[in-house]
Amino acid sequence: MSDRFPLDLTVNGQRYQVEVPVYHTLLDFLRDDLGLTGTKECCVVGECGACTVIVDGRTVNSCLMLAVEADGCEVITVEGLAVDGKPNALQRAFLEHGSAQCGFCIPGQLMSAQALLMENPHPKAEDVHEALAGNLCRCAGYEQITEAVLAAAEEVAP
Amino acid sequence: MNAKVVGASVARVGGEARVTGAQEYTADLKLFDMTHAKLVTLDIARARLISIDKTAAEALPGVLTVMTAEDLPQPVPRFGPHVDDRPVLAVGQVNYHGEPVAIVVAETPEVAEEAVRRVKVEYEELPAVVTVDAALAPGAILVQDPSLRRAGDPLADTNKFSEYHFGWGNVEAAASEADLIVENTYEYPMVTQFAIEPHACVAAPDGDGLVMWTTIQHPYQLQRILAKIFKLPLAKVRVYSPDPGGGFGGKQWPHVQPAVAFAALRTGRPVRLVLTLEESFQAVRRTSAKVRYRTGFRSDGTLLFEDVDSSFLVGAYADIADRVVTKGNWLAAGPYRVPTVRIIARGVLSNTPAATAMRGFGIPETAWAREMNLDEGALALGIDRVEIRLRNLARYGEEFVPGETPADGRWEQTVRRAAELIDWGEPLPAGRGRGLAVGCKSGPTTGISYATVRLLADGSAILLCGVSDMGQGARTVFAQIVSDELGVPMERIEVVSGDTAVVPFTQQTSASRSTVLFGNATLGACRDIQAQLRTVAATLYGVDESQIAAEGGVVRLPDREVSFAEVAKAALSSLGGEFIGNGMDRKDATPGHPIKGSAYFFELNCTAIEVAVDPGTGELTILRHVSVSDTGKSLNPMQVRGQDDGGAIMGLGHAMMEHYIFDEHGRVRNLGAIDYRIPTSKDLPLELITEQIENGDGPGPYGAKGVSEGTILCVAPALGAAVRDAIGVAIRDLPLTPERVWRAMRDGK
Repeated sequence: MSDRFPLDLTVNGQRYQVEVPVYHTLLDFLRDDLGLTGTKECCVVGECGACTVIVDGRTVNSCLMLAVEADGCEVITVEGLAVDGKPNALQRAFLEHGSAQCGFCIPGQLMSAQALLMENPHPKAEDVHEALAGNLCRCAGYEQITEAVLAAAEEVAP
Repeated sequence: MNAKVVGASVARVGGEARVTGAQEYTADLKLFDMTHAKLVTLDIARARLISIDKTAAEALPGVLTVMTAEDLPQPVPRFGPHVDDRPVLAVGQVNYHGEPVAIVVAETPEVAEEAVRRVKVEYEELPAVVTVDAALAPGAILVQDPSLRRAGDPLADTNKFSEYHFGWGNVEAAASEADLIVENTYEYPMVTQFAIEPHACVAAPDGDGLVMWTTIQHPYQLQRILAKIFKLPLAKVRVYSPDPGGGFGGKQWPHVQPAVAFAALRTGRPVRLVLTLEESFQAVRRTSAKVRYRTGFRSDGTLLFEDVDSSFLVGAYADIADRVVTKGNWLAAGPYRVPTVRIIARGVLSNTPAATAMRGFGIPETAWAREMNLDEGALALGIDRVEIRLRNLARYGEEFVPGETPADGRWEQTVRRAAELIDWGEPLPAGRGRGLAVGCKSGPTTGISYATVRLLADGSAILLCGVSDMGQGARTVFAQIVSDELGVPMERIEVVSGDTAVVPFTQQTSASRSTVLFGNATLGACRDIQAQLRTVAATLYGVDESQIAAEGGVVRLPDREVSFAEVAKAALSSLGGEFIGNGMDRKDATPGHPIKGSAYFFELNCTAIEVAVDPGTGELTILRHVSVSDTGKSLNPMQVRGQDDGGAIMGLGHAMMEHYIFDEHGRVRNLGAIDYRIPTSKDLPLELITEQIENGDGPGPYGAKGVSEGTILCVAPALGAAVRDAIGVAIRDLPLTPERVWRAMRDGK
């Protein structure tokens, strides 16, 4: 169990050159090695979306990606959304619309929503439902999440 | 002057931490010297344990201990909310798929996993019962040894854990007067809470005591149970309950926590166990049910009697399921005026994961059957399905269940509003249908909460709150109360919770009780401080106390007003200090009551659904889902909407897609997120409308009642009735999968 592999990647704008066990997932690496516990672990089979992060501009279930596969990549986690230490427009919209209830799925929802807005600054409700379909919310705050994403889009790209 | 915040959609306390990733859930905690545990389970429901060989596992470098029942005190401690029937680890036999037989502790999770693979368990498979019919069949194996049952229990040599007889009037006499009797049997599937946060626990020795961090709704009940198992004073058991990432009832009572605590004491180090989602499915679920309703009507639609025979499938251990049986069935006749009622309700033990509390607590199981049967009666009598409900619905103040709390709302408003929002009576094209159903649940029947508010020298405030904030937004609502009552802005209030050593006792976070019970306690604590400030102000300003009023954050002197903050600063200027206010609210048991306690309030909901059925596939599209709840007063409308939307959609999950599937060995075949589907953002109704009726008639602060469960109570029958309206066939089993609907259309029954 001691096979380690060099890893050179950027997480939330900071470069890391480290060695990781080859069997560690990106999720393990973020949570256990970097202490970025905002990314959550739930199903570990890529179905619930709690571990969603953005890798080179695309959403990834970090439980399904080995850390070594992120070599040379740019990773954004929920901790990297804030601007100058303040919640960004999307995070503020989630607050204003009551989108976060228990909060456990919210980091994943935010990452999927952020990736959507990066690709499509003017989404419709159906686009939001499609883009966030892989993020389960058992509080089922889907309506308030969708409203927040649409409101954030309005604010950022009027 | 501080603007009033009660009744406003103020931002969630703890909201920012939730959107930045800073919120610490149990699995996010890291303790110095922490070790990692994994459970050893068998891929079988029921088996006799022949031997457990730990040698290979213990030989693995990094393994600290492998504990089985033999390593525990003998006899192995058993525990449960009411009955101590669940062993800390399996003793001689496993009784359901996933019952832990050993706990492995290692330096890393990887080593613990490898060690689990090296534990060799030799066992002999035994026959298992996983359905109501199999468990009640003559000659069925006994799930629980009679020695585990309560002393003198006449049902001890059966799989009936309990059997209750409720009712009033004479059913046979009523039946002879009935113009129509409708009798059908309905089944409610086995579903699970599926909080996105899997259950987790960290336990550690703490001097001569024990400390635990865990995903738990009732930290004080866990403290009580641990103290009993470990023979420790309550004061030596400290439970931290970080905000659970969703509870839905599944995190009320302990299951693996005592095993983790034993492992911590044995290793002398903190031990962390995070269940997989699959293990969480095996730890908690809702009672499934098979319910027969025989309903008697007069020709004008007046209800004459309800005759109910109800079997709720309990797991291998009782957990809190027996209470689900009583609360879910006591109100089986619903919010209606029914002159004669007979209810026979039983909990049936089975070789399945322990059924525990889940949102709705038994009411969705009976409401599904009752409301569907009521529709059958209305259709047979040619009476409008809304009209028949309004005709029988209890009116405000009416004691619709003898000896029970009278109807505490203008419930006809709720039903009329839902009918209006679904355009009841408007014509629909072919392939579409509408259904409407009513659900009624009693809130807490007993309970107690203590609140402490500290008004500090600078006018800021701390509230000590024993309620678990698992998404319902408890802290926010209580901070709103403090803000209004003491005139402290929201951002200057800190709500401290989740620590049994610091925060005063609150019995439970369940039954949608907290806004009422803890809200009243908070109000009491604030009033206590108001009284103290009045006394202090009399001295400070040289005015007789009788001429001073203190409320809403303002001390009113005969000639002027002074804010609480100013009074506090003036009074505490020399030595510092603070004003400490205490409040308490309780709901006592009701002597002689058939389920021991009357309702503190009711959650009353009316759900109406318009559905389109695909004639080729049986697939359902929810065109509009209306859910109207009587909340008394919504203290934070945005949060109430979150709860109401969430309950409605969870109800759709139960009604359309969720169910456990067992194989012939009693194993659950669809553990986890791939094979057990819950609603996603693509499964939503095209239109979802949740509304509240607010008449200020609840027992909570400012007339509030509890929220959180109302909108899940009768989703299934509203949908089932809509499907029946669309295809002309009543389906009496859930979930209403496309295949089931398609078969019903094909077979015409």
